[in-house]
Formats: sequence, C-alpha cells, structure tokens
Amino acid sequence: MTEPVVQIRDLRFARGNRLIFDGVNLDIHAGCVTAIMGPSGTGKTTLLKLIGGQLRPLSGSIRVNGEEVPSLGRHDLYRMRKQLGMLFQSGALLTDINVFENVAYPIREHTRLPEALVRDLVLMKLEAVGLRGAAGLMPSELSGGMARRVALARAIALDPMMVLYDEPFTGQDPISMGVLVKLIRELNDALYMTSVVVSHDVAETSAIADYAYLLSNGKVVDHGEPAALRESESRWSQQFLKALPDGPVAFHYPAAPFYDDLMQGG
Amino acid sequence: MLDAIQQLGRATLDFFERLGRGHLFLMQVLVSVPATLLRPRLVLRQMHSVGVLTLLIIVVSGLFVGMVMGLQGYNTLVDFGAEDSLGVLVALSLVRELGPVVTALLFAGRAGSALSAEIGLMKATEQLSGMEMMAVDPVRRVIAPRFLSAFLSMPLLAAIFSAIGVYGGWFIGVSLLGVDDGAFWSQMQDKVDLHGDVYNGVIKSVVFGFVVGWIALFEGYDAVPTAEGVSRATTQTVVHSALAVLGLDFVLTALMFGD
Ligand SMILES: Nc1ncnc2c1ncn2[C@@H]1O[C@H](COP(=O)(O)OP(=O)(O)OP(=O)(O)O)[C@@H](O)[C@H]1O
Ligand SMILES: [Mg+2]
Repeated sequence: MTEPVVQIRDLRFARGNRLIFDGVNLDIHAGCVTAIMGPSGTGKTTLLKLIGGQLRPLSGSIRVNGEEVPSLGRHDLYRMRKQLGMLFQSGALLTDINVFENVAYPIREHTRLPEALVRDLVLMKLEAVGLRGAAGLMPSELSGGMARRVALARAIALDPMMVLYDEPFTGQDPISMGVLVKLIRELNDALYMTSVVVSHDVAETSAIADYAYLLSNGKVVDHGEPAALRESESRWSQQFLKALPDGPVAFHYPAAPFYDDLMQGG
Repeated sequence: MLDAIQQLGRATLDFFERLGRGHLFLMQVLVSVPATLLRPRLVLRQMHSVGVLTLLIIVVSGLFVGMVMGLQGYNTLVDFGAEDSLGVLVALSLVRELGPVVTALLFAGRAGSALSAEIGLMKATEQLSGMEMMAVDPVRRVIAPRFLSAFLSMPLLAAIFSAIGVYGGWFIGVSLLGVDDGAFWSQMQDKVDLHGDVYNGVIKSVVFGFVVGWIALFEGYDAVPTAEGVSRATTQTVVHSALAVLGLDFVLTALMFGD
C-alpha cells in the first residue's frame, strides 16, 4: 500500500492536567473517506486541529504528506495548509463579509484569478451546497445548518488535496443531509481528494466511509471498514454503533460519584 | 499566609508572562507591517473605522476644551493685564499637552475598545483559527492593518483636536470677551515654536497611537474567547491605555521640556 496521507503515531496530547490522547495511532489513506467517531468530548476536534498544526502534541508523530507537522516552521506550515480544507464545527465564517465573499476569500487570498473566474468558482461551490441563492446574505442572516454549508463551500473552494470535515451533518434536515453525504463522497471520488469526516451520525457516516476509527478515552478503541466494525467483537464498537446506553463508553464527563456530590451540599 | 505569598508569586509570574506575550505579539505585528503596506486598501478601510468614525467626538471635544481654556485663561490673564497672550496660552497648552493626551484618551475609549471587542469576538467565534487553517495569517491580514491605521490616525486626530481647540479659544477670547484679534494671533505666531512645540506634540501623539493600538489589539488577541473574556479585554484596553498614555506623557514631557 502507498504511504498514507496522514500518519499518526503514539500521539499524546494534554489540556491542562487532562490527558486527551494517550498513544493514538491512525492512518488516513489518499483517496479515501475516513470517518472518525467517538463520544462527545473525546477529542475529535482536537485531533483535527493537531493535524492542521494549530495545536502541538506532547509527544508522538503527526505526518501529513510525509512531513512532520509539529516541527514545521511557520512558512512550511502555511504552505501545507494551502492544500488542506477544514470545515469548522462552528462554521467560523467571517462575519463582516457576505456569503459570496466568504467563499471567495481563500481564492482571493491565494490566487490572482480574474474576477469573472472567481465569481464562477464561488457560484459553483455554492450551487453544490444548494445556497447559490443565499450568496448576498450576511453570515448573521443564516441558520446554523446553512452557515455550515457555506463553510463547507469555503473549505472546498480551492479544491484542496484533503478536507477535514468537523461534524458536517449536524443541524441539517434529512434532505440536505442526504445531499451533503453524497457531495462529500462525490468530491472525494471526482477530484481524488482525501476526506476525513468527524461525525456522530453513525448510519450516514458508515454509508460513505471507506474506513472508520472509533476514539474513546484517549485511545483508538477500534478501527476497520464500517461493515466489519458493525460485526466487530469489541464492546466499544457494539455500544457506539448501536447506541446502547450501557457499556464501556461513559456518557458522563469524569466526575466524583454522583451520590458524594449530592451529599456535599449538606 | 503561605497562600497569600503563593498567590502573589503566581500573580507576578502571570504578569511577566503576559508582558512577554505582549512583546512577542508586538514583534509579530511589526514584522508584518511591510507586507501590509503592499495592500493599502486594507489599511484604508481600517483608517475609516478607526479614524474617521472617531472624528466627531474629537472635533466636539476639541472645541469645548478650547473654549474652556479661553475662558479660564482670560480670567487669570486679565488680572495681570496680559489677556493679549491668551492665544499663546491656548495654543501651547493644546499643542504640547492637551491635544495629544486628550485625543489619545478619547481614542482609546472610542476606537481602542472597539478594536479589542472586534478582535476578541473574532477569536471567540473561531474566525482567527479559521483564517489560520486557510493559510491566511491573521496577524498580517487582520491585526497589522488595524495597528497601522491606529498609528497613522492618532497624529492626524490630535492635530485636528488642537486646531479646533485654538478656534474654540479664539471664539471665547476674541469674539465674546474682547481680546484683540491681531494680538491673539500674532503673539501665538511669535511664541509657538515649530520644532520645540509642534513637532514634540506630534511625536507624543505618534507614541500614544502606537501604544494604544498595541494595547487594544493585544488585549483582543489575547482575550479569553468567551463573552466575559471579551468584555474584560475591552475594559482593560481603556484602563491600561489611559494609564500608559498618562505615564508616558510625563516621561516624554520630562525628556522634551524638562531641561
Ligand atoms: N480550549 C480548551 N481548553 C481546555 N480544554 C479544552 C479546550 N478545548 C477542548 N477542551 C477539552 O478537550 C476535550 C476534547 O475536546 P474536543 O472539542 O476535541 O471534543 P470533541 O470530540 O470534538 O467533542 P464533540 O463531539 O462534542 O465536538 C474536551 O473534553 C474538552 O473539555
Ligand atoms: Mg468537536
């Protein structure tokens, strides 16, 4: 097999005293849609930020295209990011310019294309997410789901080599969800992109993913092709993919026993 | 007791750490300034929101400060029969001190707080992170143009403040209280020195613009990305800028006029 686009080895990362990742190993292969799933608060967003070089790990290696991200200088880091698209969980649209300008932003910043071409590109991307009609709106005039679709259009504006989608389906109605699921798959195949999808929507994500990683408690608890995962022996996979309340994945953020907490108040 | 010492130690460390971050930030901004000069449109847009929108408050305040100076100065000078020197008094106070200082204080309150809030909110809503991931350096694209515009606007605003203030003093002194028009202007022309007074005033306002811009942008950039953090940053901008301006004014005055 070819060298993976992203290769993570023995990754350790901490927030304050809390260890978020403790020895994560993960490969993302070119041309594949890789899903990263796991309970809320396990660090999926954190993982994407580590890949993008916005956070630095305590130890371990993160290689993107064979380059060691944590040790890249500023210049090289920005060069790498030009080939990366990222859809933020919050959308992160620029609030002082309208939808059209938001999608045009990376194009204008990184290329010197003539205005007519920029316009065509932006409208194409907006059409793909179903929001060409909203081009003139300001971000504050969008619903949460719409804002995220605009952010998606912006993430793919420069046809990057790899796109990191942080929860692209949250807040979408069934119709736009279906469209987005298809869009991600089609972009991936038509442009030979590499896609990383972080999502809780097990059914939709499994449907398009070629490979899936399950994270929990700072570790990869299971990985494999979605179909194989569903048949997996692992109690983690069983619990998460079938949404069972009981099992090794805790619903609660780590805490003192509930009873003790209640009695503290006297 | 031990707790108190520990807390004092931590507060001191935090203070110096922040001071260090502030200076690193300034270095980053200064390094980005040449690249920003290549994109004058970004700077012009900021000059509009930082400078032009502050103009009204500067003009009104300048007028009133000048009028008060005219009134107070006349009342004092007339006892010595020296009311013809009113023009000198008004002009020197404005050009040397009140112009740069009051403008800087107003500038911190009007434009500095707005800059902090804007940058802080951009951080809280992940817009700055978003830019970084699009390989756009937020310091170069967002911070440096704002810094430059603060730095360029301040001397202009201070000059306008002083000019309007002189007319305020003239209006009270000459038009209302009967000071001789010719004496008012000719004494001013005679006694206000271009190098000693005007240039030094300009230097002050440039320094204040630099410092207020730095504080405002750093507070926003370093804000805790929450509603509370942004409100705190905004308040701190005004407080720290005011203290810095007044403190620096003393130092600069001592250096310039204290021979
Ligand atoms: N800025 C921060 N400072 C301190 N801790 C943080 C910060 N951001 C996140 N964390 C912690 O890191 C952990 C992982 O956060 P992250 O946002 O990566 O979770 P996630 O897996 O993306 O969750 P979700 O599915 O809810 O988006 C969380 O437990 C959170 O408490
Ligand atoms: Mg997340």
